[in-house]
Amino acid sequence: MSNRLTAQPGEIIDRSTSLSFTWNGKAVTGYQGDTIASAIAASGVDVFGRSMKYHRKRGILTADHWDPNLFVQVGDEPNVRAGSRRLEAGMEVSTQNVWPSLEFDLGAANQLVGRFLSSGFYYKTFMRPKFLWPLYQKVLKKFAPGGRIHWETSTHGAYDKRYVHPDVLVAGGGPAGMGAALAAADNGASVLLVEQYGDLGGHLLWGNEDQRAHGADLAASCRAHDNIEVLVDSTVTGRYDHNWISIMQRSHDIAPERLIKARAGVMVVAPGLVERPYVFAGNDTPGVMLSGATRRLINLWAVKPGNRAVVMSANADGDAAVGDLKRVGVEVVAVLDARKGESIVCVAGKSRVSKVVLNDGRTLNADLVVTATGWTAPTSLLNMAGDRPVYDATAARYFSNSLPSNILATGGITGDGSTAELEAHGRATGVLAANRALRRRHDRVAQTARSNDPAWDKPAEMADSRTPLNRVPHPECYRSTTHGMVDFSEDVSSKDLIQASKEGFDSIELMKRYTTVTMGPSQGKLETVNAAAVLAEANQVSMAEIGTTVWRPPFAPITLGALAGRIHEPVRRSALQDWHDAHGAAPLLAGQWVRPDHYGDPMEEADNVRNNVGLIDVTPLGKLDLRGPDVSKLLELVYVNKWSKLDIGRVRYGTMVAEDGVVSDDGVTGRLGEYHWLMTCTSSGAGAVWEMLEDWLQTYRPEWQVHVTAVTGGLTSINVAGPHSRTLLERIVEDVDLSADAFPYFSVRQGTVAGVSDCIIWRIGFTGELSYEVHVPSGHALHVWEELLAQGEDLGCRPFGVEAQRILRLEKGHYIVGQDTDGLSKAPTAGLGGLVKLDKPDTIGLPELKAAYERTDLPILVGVQTDDPEIVPEEAAQIVDGGSNTILGRITSSRMSPTLGRSVCLAQVDPSLAAAGSSITVLLADGRRVTATVQEHHAHVDPEGARQRV
Amino acid sequence: MIVVPCPNCGPRNSGDLRNCGELVPRPDPSAASLIEWREYLYMRKNPADWVTETWYCRGGCRRYFTIERNTATNEIRGQEAS
Repeated sequence: MSNRLTAQPGEIIDRSTSLSFTWNGKAVTGYQGDTIASAIAASGVDVFGRSMKYHRKRGILTADHWDPNLFVQVGDEPNVRAGSRRLEAGMEVSTQNVWPSLEFDLGAANQLVGRFLSSGFYYKTFMRPKFLWPLYQKVLKKFAPGGRIHWETSTHGAYDKRYVHPDVLVAGGGPAGMGAALAAADNGASVLLVEQYGDLGGHLLWGNEDQRAHGADLAASCRAHDNIEVLVDSTVTGRYDHNWISIMQRSHDIAPERLIKARAGVMVVAPGLVERPYVFAGNDTPGVMLSGATRRLINLWAVKPGNRAVVMSANADGDAAVGDLKRVGVEVVAVLDARKGESIVCVAGKSRVSKVVLNDGRTLNADLVVTATGWTAPTSLLNMAGDRPVYDATAARYFSNSLPSNILATGGITGDGSTAELEAHGRATGVLAANRALRRRHDRVAQTARSNDPAWDKPAEMADSRTPLNRVPHPECYRSTTHGMVDFSEDVSSKDLIQASKEGFDSIELMKRYTTVTMGPSQGKLETVNAAAVLAEANQVSMAEIGTTVWRPPFAPITLGALAGRIHEPVRRSALQDWHDAHGAAPLLAGQWVRPDHYGDPMEEADNVRNNVGLIDVTPLGKLDLRGPDVSKLLELVYVNKWSKLDIGRVRYGTMVAEDGVVSDDGVTGRLGEYHWLMTCTSSGAGAVWEMLEDWLQTYRPEWQVHVTAVTGGLTSINVAGPHSRTLLERIVEDVDLSADAFPYFSVRQGTVAGVSDCIIWRIGFTGELSYEVHVPSGHALHVWEELLAQGEDLGCRPFGVEAQRILRLEKGHYIVGQDTDGLSKAPTAGLGGLVKLDKPDTIGLPELKAAYERTDLPILVGVQTDDPEIVPEEAAQIVDGGSNTILGRITSSRMSPTLGRSVCLAQVDPSLAAAGSSITVLLADGRRVTATVQEHHAHVDPEGARQRV
Repeated sequence: MIVVPCPNCGPRNSGDLRNCGELVPRPDPSAASLIEWREYLYMRKNPADWVTETWYCRGGCRRYFTIERNTATNEIRGQEAS
């Protein structure tokens, strides 16, 4: 049976475009412009789903975004709001929250045991016995509301984010919102106009002919205005400090959902009003709907909502609904004027209303009950700006109390009026908003150093001289003489609320949390005022004394996908990374960088460095160019060791600690000239070290003359390591004497490498071999790298990756900050010993360093070898007391050593175990305990350093 | 996300900057007792009121500067390069 009416004058459906879809497996046809709900209703369906707790049959209540009964599954997407989601061809729509089917639902048995599901039932019913909790959880999950997530498919695939900076953001595209947008735009402000539904117009869309025409004119003006950007099917979901505003945009071309973050000068809040249900027995029966739902169904989608109607009206909108019903041939059997005390007592019917009992004693046959009993002012966005709305008994709704200057409200949320009055108030608000926003823009430009002389004058401050909208008296219609649903999405009735009050949960905030009223998907848009009214009745106090719950973000739900959005995570690549990729390097993501982990066999790569010569790209090493007469003072301050007497041409290793004495970074720094130094630091610490140096130079030592330039990416760093490294470099370095006497260990030279001038070469030994680190201007890096490989072919020169380097450095016992130290490791733990100089007048963390060296209980970093050479303990394996499980340390690094043919480790141990030869017990991940022995040195290979000092 | 006025770059989203916390004077490390030093390290007033705090314009001009901010309302006044 089709409920589709003949063409209606204001309908927004396009009858020339039919859309086929399925509803619970049956083929249904709707039109372009339909919502999912309107298309299903047009096909004659009354029951859309089952309620959450009692599994009562439910139908259309509000026919908009807030309808608590219209949550459906669409394909693999759960919890779709059928009241606002536009119909698309091919949708597979099905009911949620039914088991096994919509017609026969086992959960409906809950209605019989309702007393167990009353307020606080979770706390009362499922507390004891405790051992049954897992079972309770399993059973409750079966009955939990909500759709099905399909793990195999991604619901949407792509999400996006956008940032905007409008002078004026208008939330709500009704007559007041459009008026505000137009006036603000006419006054020079850039405007973003955000409308929740698919078209601008608000309630004018389902109004009379004049209203529709006027709404269309305003909408056309908004769309045509150069200063206005219009977003439809988009919701302002939150307002945060300094007018940081989140908007959920749906149905965008490039992504189904897009999170927009706006920094608005002024936000104009014009959400209109949300119609409120009336509380009576059976008020959730299919066929009971609000006047707005009736009018939208008839006027927007040409759907006949029923055949015999009883209308209860307390306002002009209810009266208009009567007119609409009569116009389309619905028999209106009674109109109850709530302003005269006429009301509904209860209705009967399960799948559809059949009988209506009135308070004058009559019982009428009807299949449609329409109520128009008042409004909820959706003050969420005002709440989020700090406002606490106040109840006005005369108008029977809440109004804002005090707003910050960058928030203005207009439209139905501030009062009542004709279309012209609403628009006029909106326009006056828009003028004021533009004035405030442009003054802010002027301040912003004036605060920016390079443009602190705006090319225009700051507008004079305008007073708020708007004529307020009237507050039309409205009867306080909340509950009949019977009990009914207050919260449709949570199945909370007025009886539950009164019971909660009797149990002592008699403040609105307590009652909300105890009964879950207003906590469902409608988030109080339909329930808040009725809940407060029932509580006022139970407590026998006025509504004003009850207050309201606080509305927090989001105003409407945001999907997690939209919040995650498109992830912008840039990856840094050295100038040689393309070469690594082309030569089979396994990529390793290390902090911001992608690096070559190995080129096939890291053990073989390490072996080649020990025996021949290897190249590794160490560009991510942090590099800072330091210039000025006071650099040595800065080094003296930021490193724990001495720096004042470093000669030109020398490099030195240094360790940094933070002000709390914890090791924070390390690296070598070389002196290139009288006033020129190059500092290196760890790859992961490069940014932090730079910021730390700037902090000292700007904040505490502004008199020091030092200029810091980050050159990490500008210089490509190539470590040439192995016994043949000198031979190799001698073939391509032109102007530097590389002999052992002329270029000793820990020295630096500048010279020409493979024809590239201005290279920096220093001789250091992270791998423990004779090695040179060559810093090449990045534009020439690939040439130098390829030339090194070509010239070194007969020497066995091959690239090696990060893994081989880690093996080599562990064999050599060089610790890595952050790997072998942690957030509690002070200088003594790292075994810095004589490196730390405590007699300096100032160095970072000096008092903590002094204190640390007086302690005897700090863990010590030691070299460790397992007694079984084949066992490589996992990194972070615990070192325990042999007899008990007392933790006495942990393995910090471990590898199989290709040079020694056995496993080698570094470990942090309790000082009682730190002496060479101590036997320790290592607890492996699989539970085995193995013995190991503490070594004399950190270095397992060549502790004397003979290999690197040749 | 609040807006923080950088003396060079103008008002910026706080995500472009780094909050370095309340301005705390650093004692002379060669003279300070360990107690005084640890007050400098760890003890903050953290009032629900006006504080003077340091920010670093990490995404822009890389200047450190101080502002006065009301931690209860996020109102900001007074701004100078440190």
